[in-house]
Formats: sequence, structure tokens, C-alpha cells
Amino acid sequence: MTVEQRYRRIYKPLVWIGSLLPLAWLLGRGFGVGGGSLGADPAEEILRTCGKTALNLLLLTLAVTPLRQIARAPQLLRLRRLLGLFAFFHAMLHLVAYVVLELQFDWPMLGEDVAKRPYITIGFVAVALLAALAATSTQRAMRRLGRRWQRLHWGIYPAAVLGVWHYGWQVKADLREPLVYAGILALLLGWRLWKRRAALTSTSGSSTAPGRT
Amino acid sequence: MEGPMTRRIQPRIAPSEITPEAVFRDRRRVLAALGAAALGGAALPGLGQSPTPAGGAASRLAPPKYARSERWSTKETPTSLEDVTSYNNFYEFGTDKADPKANAQKFRARPWSVEVAGEAEVRGRFTLEDILRPHALEERVYRFRCVEAWSMVVPWLGFPLGDLLQRFKPTSRARYVEFTTLLDPGQMPGQRSPVLDWPYAEGLRMDEAMHPLALMVVGVYGQWLPNQNGAPLRLVVPWKYGFKSIKSIVRIRFTEREPRTSWNLSAPYEYGFYANVNPAVDHPRWSQAKERRLGTGFFATRTDTLPFNGYAADVAGLYRGMDLRRYF
Ligand code: HEM
Repeated sequence: MTVEQRYRRIYKPLVWIGSLLPLAWLLGRGFGVGGGSLGADPAEEILRTCGKTALNLLLLTLAVTPLRQIARAPQLLRLRRLLGLFAFFHAMLHLVAYVVLELQFDWPMLGEDVAKRPYITIGFVAVALLAALAATSTQRAMRRLGRRWQRLHWGIYPAAVLGVWHYGWQVKADLREPLVYAGILALLLGWRLWKRRAALTSTSGSSTAPGRT
Repeated sequence: MEGPMTRRIQPRIAPSEITPEAVFRDRRRVLAALGAAALGGAALPGLGQSPTPAGGAASRLAPPKYARSERWSTKETPTSLEDVTSYNNFYEFGTDKADPKANAQKFRARPWSVEVAGEAEVRGRFTLEDILRPHALEERVYRFRCVEAWSMVVPWLGFPLGDLLQRFKPTSRARYVEFTTLLDPGQMPGQRSPVLDWPYAEGLRMDEAMHPLALMVVGVYGQWLPNQNGAPLRLVVPWKYGFKSIKSIVRIRFTEREPRTSWNLSAPYEYGFYANVNPAVDHPRWSQAKERRLGTGFFATRTDTLPFNGYAADVAGLYRGMDLRRYF
């Protein structure tokens, strides 16, 4: 199999399965498969699972670039768009779960929440960013936007920061898990900064002090 | 495990001395008509097996005897036993709602004792049996409103907190009463992380504590409390957010000053000392105007939250003249 075939036949289907597994787990429990259940508060369980999956996939999307370089596997890039789209998909499900299951279509309350509750406001901004990225994720959009595409898609960084922040802001007291997420995000972003600095100093180093190696 | 539960019990004053007063004091009680003998009997079943070996689960005790109190019960449909006992905020056993049920199964709720301290004539350490003996158990179906904006309806078994507190003869200096949960990280894995400042502490103003709605709870759905619901002794204050209803109580202390309470210490701008259910005062991060009643339909019906959780007619008078936005 060529690399192309391996991705199309094996790795991409695996991403599909992995990304949809949490949803299958929710559905299975929701319909009582094998005696499972969503517990006393199914709405909260669904809301949380979708939020968590969105964040997991977002961080996984951000891990693609470092992994490509560290594992010397540049072909991993082929999975990035799919992961990013699934992150957006789950963020949308999370938002829909909130509106349908928690607020039960209380639209004025949604407006109030977005305006008055900072953790929801930043979640909303994150969803809006992810929507913009998803809408411009096609090859055509890439060609059409040219250099602006790159700049637009840096939006994933604030989206991830806001996502983790939103997670940490909604807990009552137990910040341990959000802090783990913040740590992972810091590593992913820090790695990029470190690479950029390394790249900058090596180019400037070669131009200003050519004799020193 | 060395803990308060295994220490020797030495009440300052024999329990027999404080029993009769409390038994005869309260005429409201449903069982009063049955007479003192029956009253003793009502709380006795727990006694015969009090020195159960470690792990003496509530299910191995004879079931509690009780009478239903219609006066203090709502007609709303109770949330299922399964939901009441599997969806709990009891951070001593973990912060996930499913953690308490998973982690509290081996908790030793018997033998148990409670220390009484502070501004009261009767102080000391009392066994759970001493505490329960004179009180007739009532079943009261209360609304339970969590600060997280979900709610349940729960048939508790208990007796008025005021009846218990009277037995300790609080002095005129006692203006508040503080409750403390067991501190035992060996048995309570949640206490191994500094999520809250352990042990958990709560408090009430004396007049709140003496209000007939304030319930000392030992059971639910006709059974002794399961560990995850705060066995063997917890408070239920139905007009306040759930976190005021402290679980697994090992200490009662009468104080002159307002006691520090765990959630207030953790986030003073979000959780006040009073924590009365109030749809007009939002939590800084979410609205308190509505609640989702768990167990009603697959996704829980959203209903308006009522002032004082629907108990305004009974308790609003306690707060007359107080600015409830300031004292949230
Ligand atoms: C308009 C947008 C959003 C709204 C209205 C919203 C709403 C909420 C609400 C109400 C909760 C609290 C759940 C609870 O306490 O039961 C929550 C939790 C959470 N949200 Fe969002 N959210 C939004 C966007 C996002 C985004 C973009 C992400 C991630 C990329 C995200 C990830 C999470 C996570 C991880 C949790 C915590 C789940 C847990 O406790 O395990 N949310 N969200």
C-alpha cells in the first residue's frame, strides 16, 4: 500500500471511529444497551462528554505538528483537518446539548448566558472561531484565501486557550483536571514558540556571525 | 484506623438524664401520641447491633421505624431511590457525582459518635445511639435544590434538629451552631486532595437551626442512610442550597460568632453563609432562576426556582429586614 492508501484505508477510518466512540458510548448508555444508563442527569452527562471530546480533539489537532517533527512522520498532516473538524463537530454538539437539553430552548436565557456569564462568553467565542476554521477548511477555501488562510487558521490557538479556560472556569472547586489540560496546552504551544525562537536565532546567527560554527 | 469513631465515649452527663425532656418537649411530633415507650422503640433498632464490626453496613441493621409527617411533606413525586443514591455531591469521596457511591461502600458509619462543644451546658462525646434514642423518626418529603441548579424530591427520615440541640442546653451566648464532617483521609479518599479546606464545616444561625423544618437525618426511603448520602447522621435544611446540608457529622459546636463554612472559605463571592435558595440572586457564574428537576422525563423538566425553595411561608420570617442580596 502507498502512504496515500494507508491513510485512506486505515488511519482516517481509525480517526473516524475514535472520534465517534464517545458519541456511541453516550448513545449506547442512553438506550440502555447492556444495562447501561446516563445516570440521574443524562443532559449533563451528554453536555460534558461532548465538551470533553471537543477539547480532547482540539488538543490532538494541535499535537499533530509537534508529532510530525518529533516522530519524523510528516504524513500525519493528512489527519489534521479531520481531527479539527471533529473537534468543531463536538463543540457544536456541546452547544446544541446546552440549548436543547439544559436550557430547553430558553433563547432569552442563552442570550443572557452569553452576555453575562464569562465562561459561556469565551466558550461561545471559541465555538465561533472553530466554525470559521471549519467553514474555510476546504482546498478551495485554502486556494482562495491564499496567505490569509494561514493567518485565519492561527485562530485555533485562541480557540484552544479559550476552550481550556472555559473548562477551568466552570468547575466549582476541583481544578486538577483543567490544570492538566492547561499543562498539555502549554506544552503544545510552548513547543511552537521554542521552535520559532530556535529557527530565528539559527538564521540570525548564521547571518551575523558566519564564522562561528 | 484511629479516629473519633473508635475513641472511648465519655459523655459529661448520662444520656438518661437528657432523654425525657426532649421526648416530651415537642408536641408537634406525629408519634407523640404513641407514648414514650413507642418512642424509645422507634429509635432502638439501631442499638442492638451498635458494636457491629468494621464494615457494619446500614443494610445489616434492623430497618428504622418511622411515621410519615404530612405537615412537612411536599406532594411532589419523589426522585427515584436509584437517582438519590447514585448522583451525589460528597467531595470527601471524590468530586464526580458518581464517586461517592463508588468510593463510600466500605466506609464505616457505625460505630459513630458526635462531639458536642461550645456554648452549651451539656457537652462531651455521645454515641450515635445516645443521640438517636429519644427521637421519633419522621419521614418528610422535602424538595432538595443544589446550588448547581438541579433539584430532587427526597423522602428523608429524621427528627427536628431543634429537638436535638435543646438537649444540650445551649447557653444565652449560643447564637450560631457549627457542624463538622468526619476527617479521615484513610476512608475518605477525596480528603487526600486539597479541593476544599478539610474537614468540611457548615453552620446555621440558632433561630434557623431551631426551625422545625431543619431536619437531622438518619435515613432515606425508609432505610438507614447509605454511606454516599452522608451516613450515619446528616443535616437537611430544605430552604437552603444543598451544600448547607452537611453530611457524616462528628461535631456540633455552639458559638457566639458566625462560624466559617467550607464553601464560603473556598469562594466567598460565590457562596455565602446563608445560602438561602433565591431565584433573584444569581450565582456569579450561572443563573439561579430555574432548576432542572432530575428524574422527570429523560432530560429533566426545567421549572422556576421558588424563593426559599418553596418554603417561604414557613421561613421567610427568619430573614425579615435582611438584605438577601448582601446576605446571599
Ligand atoms: C457557546 C458555547 C459553549 C457553551 C454554551 C458551553 C456551555 C458549557 C456548560 C454550561 C458547561 C458546564 C457543564 C456542567 O457543569 O454540567 C460546559 C462545560 C464544558 N465545556 Fe463548554 N460550552 C461552550 C463551548 C465549549 C467549547 C468550544 C469547548 C471546547 C473546545 C467546551 C468544553 C467544555 C468542557 C471540557 C467542559 C467541562 C466538561 C466536564 O465537566 O467534564 N465548551 N460548557
